[in-house]
Amino acid sequence: MTASQAKQETKTAAITKSGAELLLDALEEQGVEVIFGYPGGAVLPIYDALFARETIRHVLVRHEQGALHAAEGYARSTGKVGVALVTSGPGATNAVTGLADALLDSIPVVCITGQVARPLIGTDAFQECDTTGITRSCTKYNYLVKSSHTLSTTVHEAFHVARNGRPGPVLIDIPKDVQFETAQYTSRADARNRNCIVTPEINKNQIDQAIDLMRYARRPVLYTGGGVINAGPEASKALRELAKATGFPVTSTLMGLGAFPASDPQWLGMLGMHGSYEANNAMHDCDLMIAIGARFDDRVTGRLDAFSPNSRKVHIDIDPSSINKNVPVDIGIIGDAGAIMDAMLAEWKRRDKKEKHERERIDGWWSQIDGWRARNSFQYAPAKDVIKPQYAIERLYELTRGKDVYVTTEVGQHQMWAAQFFHFDEPNRWMTSGGLGTMGYGLPAALGVQAAYPDALVIDIAGDASVQMTMQEMSAAVQHELPIKIFILNNAYLGMVRQWQELLHGGRYSHSYSESLPDFVKLAEAYGGHGIRAEKPDELDAKIIEMIESPKPVLFDCVVTQQENVFPMIPSGAAHNEMLFGEMAEDAVSEQGKTLV
Amino acid sequence: MTAQNATPNAPSQSVYPVTRDEGADREVIVAVIVDNEPGVLSRVVGLISARGYNIESLTVAETDMEKHTSRITVVTTGTPSKIEQIKAQLGRLVPVRRVIDVSAETDALERELALVKVVNDGEHRVESMRLADVFRARVLDTTHTSFVFEITGARDKINAFIDLMKPLGLSEVSRTGVLSIRRGVEKD
Repeated sequence: MTASQAKQETKTAAITKSGAELLLDALEEQGVEVIFGYPGGAVLPIYDALFARETIRHVLVRHEQGALHAAEGYARSTGKVGVALVTSGPGATNAVTGLADALLDSIPVVCITGQVARPLIGTDAFQECDTTGITRSCTKYNYLVKSSHTLSTTVHEAFHVARNGRPGPVLIDIPKDVQFETAQYTSRADARNRNCIVTPEINKNQIDQAIDLMRYARRPVLYTGGGVINAGPEASKALRELAKATGFPVTSTLMGLGAFPASDPQWLGMLGMHGSYEANNAMHDCDLMIAIGARFDDRVTGRLDAFSPNSRKVHIDIDPSSINKNVPVDIGIIGDAGAIMDAMLAEWKRRDKKEKHERERIDGWWSQIDGWRARNSFQYAPAKDVIKPQYAIERLYELTRGKDVYVTTEVGQHQMWAAQFFHFDEPNRWMTSGGLGTMGYGLPAALGVQAAYPDALVIDIAGDASVQMTMQEMSAAVQHELPIKIFILNNAYLGMVRQWQELLHGGRYSHSYSESLPDFVKLAEAYGGHGIRAEKPDELDAKIIEMIESPKPVLFDCVVTQQENVFPMIPSGAAHNEMLFGEMAEDAVSEQGKTLV
Repeated sequence: MTAQNATPNAPSQSVYPVTRDEGADREVIVAVIVDNEPGVLSRVVGLISARGYNIESLTVAETDMEKHTSRITVVTTGTPSKIEQIKAQLGRLVPVRRVIDVSAETDALERELALVKVVNDGEHRVESMRLADVFRARVLDTTHTSFVFEITGARDKINAFIDLMKPLGLSEVSRTGVLSIRRGVEKD
């Protein structure tokens, strides 16, 4: 045998590797840089393979829910797919909350779970659970890998499913013996790809019809959502250009903040239950609503039968099942938000050349909007001796302006104040649990963001109750030198629960008071982080600057007024133009409204 | 198959009042072509039940051995907008290749097979035999006091046969659920 023959031979001889190595090869080919995970019996072979990998960084969380939220934070801030790795049984069940959260907010995440060895499946083995069964309804898709021969192709397909179409979480359940079993690697190019996730061609007729409506609208509004963020920075750019060309006002859901700059005069602020007066009134009174990557969620629409009664509606979404789901629309355009807005812009400009759009058409609409704006709906009564939560966020925003800042939140009053008083000019800077409303989301999500951007200023705006749900991740932040800043608005209450009890249940604050909060400063120090407390408005600025300058993870205990409520508010069962302001009446909520969530 | 959820004509389950004209409930046959892989039936059924819709009949089997695709035929009831939702939601599932609203096609064939056991004697026995003849039901098994009939046809025909057998000693029924296919040369 000549040397060249021998070379040929080794080339064709199949190179086989263990399932664990194949998994990491596939992740590497998919461009994965960071994994958030927690080891356990059923994933030990994967962790063993990870031990020798220099290319993939592993962040050890303290609870699997944290791994999923961190992966979500990573995904939302970078636009890439986030990856979590957890063990079988309790590892998988702990991951469920994070998966459901990612599903409702359409976040691309791949979760790898270990499973007991194939012969043990179905025998109630130690740390066994029916992972694919449990997660079927809280993932976009899931796999049980039955052989290492299909492992690499499954991983590639999982990433394809997670990031294409409407993004979402995908779970891959890998039995322990498959992790040892050897097989050949299948590259991304050779992997099978499902035919079902294809973004359809843009329907030109529908674009034409939409532009017809837009050119003749007198009271138009652009209602944008998280889909614009998910469609990438080009979509945000297209939105800005479209708004500029048309002169239409823009509002956004909680999920879509940052796609359109808050500093722009065409920006109306967030809409919905705690949205601005001008945004909600514009939605109610408009004659043309263009919904882009938004899904008419109940927090946004309020009472459906009174929702924007006199408007034509155009709905742009990548998911056909979102069209006509809650609100019937006149034109439903399916496809990528960015590509559709580009097509609309091109058509708008083409028509504009032929016959200039009469901008005066919408002048009256703008003066009406300015009237609503003058109501200054986010205003609050300032205080001298105590820190108002709104004031704290305002100062936080002012003092971090111009910095490379990313904000995550937990869920509750602080989340709404953050949305109202912290302003974003760029997409992917705002990470919050919108759909599922998961308390405890923000701290681990901040970990994920910081892992992606080590030098950025990552702030978790938190509440004293929410933050305790995933507080243990403080330990992960210290271990991995991820200097996240946890800014706790501490009112010693489950604030939003307390607000609803005041509003709906006659002020009977059933179990919504946190009797014995930890000393957050000491707690931070116990974790090896930096603790700061601010109690008076005049010390706030200096303390915030101290937080920003600290090289360590910080727990900032911002003691705020206890009884503050989030206003304005569309009470449950009410319409957009029936907003409540600070002066809340006892009978503001109808009997029927009280049964709503 | 009656699923665990609400009755077919229950109003919208949304707690947010919906007063838009939803149209009358109609029964639809939806055929779903899926990749034949573990868990796919549970995904389809789970989706329908999770959204509070009722399944009245369900049939599934692999129909293309080479492509590994199965055809799932579901009969369900709902307002036109609900039906549209079911179809769109089903279409979103990864292993679903196509969703066909069979009842929207005027030229669809519908068939079901039923096994019907009657226990009787005397006059009733003669009468059930005579009716079986009218309906072109075959006798699969008989004893001195019982028959098992096999009957094929559209659901209406089977329902009519079962109704007629009730006073004649109907004891047990087993049905396959609805199958459907398009007439003529065209494929679904």
